[in-house]
Amino acid sequence: MSVDKNMPILIVDDYKTMLRIVRNLLKQIGFDNVDEATDGSMALKKLRDKQYGLVISDWNMEPMTGLQLLREVRADVKLRGVPFIMVTAESKTENVVMAREAGVNNYIVKPFNAATLRMKLSAVLGAL
Amino acid sequence: MPGHGTNRKLGVARPATSGNDAKPFDRIEVETLVARVLDSMASGLTVAEIRLYRELEGLALYIEAAKAEIAALSPDDISSTYIPKATGELDAIVDATENATNVIMSAAERIERLRGEVDGGVGAVLGEAVTTIYEACSFQDIAGQRITKVVVALKHIDEKVTTLVKALGGEIARCNKTNPSEKELARACAEKDVLNGPQLATDAKTQAEIDALLASFD
Repeated sequence: MSVDKNMPILIVDDYKTMLRIVRNLLKQIGFDNVDEATDGSMALKKLRDKQYGLVISDWNMEPMTGLQLLREVRADVKLRGVPFIMVTAESKTENVVMAREAGVNNYIVKPFNAATLRMKLSAVLGAL
Repeated sequence: MPGHGTNRKLGVARPATSGNDAKPFDRIEVETLVARVLDSMASGLTVAEIRLYRELEGLALYIEAAKAEIAALSPDDISSTYIPKATGELDAIVDATENATNVIMSAAERIERLRGEVDGGVGAVLGEAVTTIYEACSFQDIAGQRITKVVVALKHIDEKVTTLVKALGGEIARCNKTNPSEKELARACAEKDVLNGPQLATDAKTQAEIDALLASFD
C-alpha cells in the first residue's frame, strides 16, 4: 500500500528557520500538506483539533518539550496511534532510550540531511 | 637601664651587671620567667591557646590580604560589564545568523521555483543544489543551541561572581576608589585600542547617522 502524500503532517520546532527547512525538505519528497507548531502545547492543541498522519517534533522546547508532547500523545486514546518522529540535537544514549520508552517511532539527530529524513519517513510510513 | 636589677613586674631579681660579665639565666630562672610572663597576660591562657590565637591571627591576616588582592582585580566589573557584554554579543550572533539563514533560504526557494521552467537535467541539478542549501541551513539551529549553552554557563559564572562581590563588598568599594574604572581606562586608551569590532544593533550607528555626522563637519 502506497503512502498518501497528501496526508496532513504536523512539524514542531521552536526555531522557525528549522520549521522552514523541514517543510521545504518534506515538499521535495512530495509532502505538501504541512502544518507547524512552535512548542508541545501548541502542537497538542492542533493534534486534538485535526487528524494528522505524522508528527515530526523537536525535543528541546518550552513550555512543553517534545518528549512531554510524545507522552501526552501516547496517553491520549484518540492520538496514541499517530506516528511520531523526534528530530533533535539531543543524541545521548539515554535520550534515545527515553524517547523509545515513551513510544517514539523514529529518531533523527540534527544536523540531518534530506536522505536521512526520507529514510526515516519510509521506515515509519512505508515505501515512499 | 639595660641588663640591670629587678624587673618588678615579673618579680625576677638579677644582680647588676656590666659588659661581658652578664651572667646568663639558669634553667629554673627561665622557667620562672616564662611562667610569670604567661601569668602576666592576666587572661590565664595556656601555651596551646596562645599558639592557637597566633595561628588564627595569621590566618586572619592571610584572608585579609587575599580579599584585598581579589578586590583589586575588580570582580564587580565581571557582573556589571563583561558578562552583559558577552551575552549581548552572543544574542547578536544568533540574530545575525538567523537573518542570514532566512535570506539564504528565500534565495534557495526562488531557485527551486525555477526548476519547472528549465529542462529536466538542469532542473535536477538545481533541485540537488537547493536541497544541499536547505540541509546546510540547519547549522543555525545547532549554533543557536550551542550559544544558549554558553549563555547558561556565563549566567552561572555571573551568579558565583555576584556572591563573591557581595562577600567582598567593602573591599571592592575601597579598591574602586583607588583603581580607574572601565570607562576611565577606555578613555585613556590610545587610538589603536579603540577598535571594538562589530557593534550591537542597539549601540551601532546607521549609515545614515554616519553620513549625517560626516556632513556635520563640512
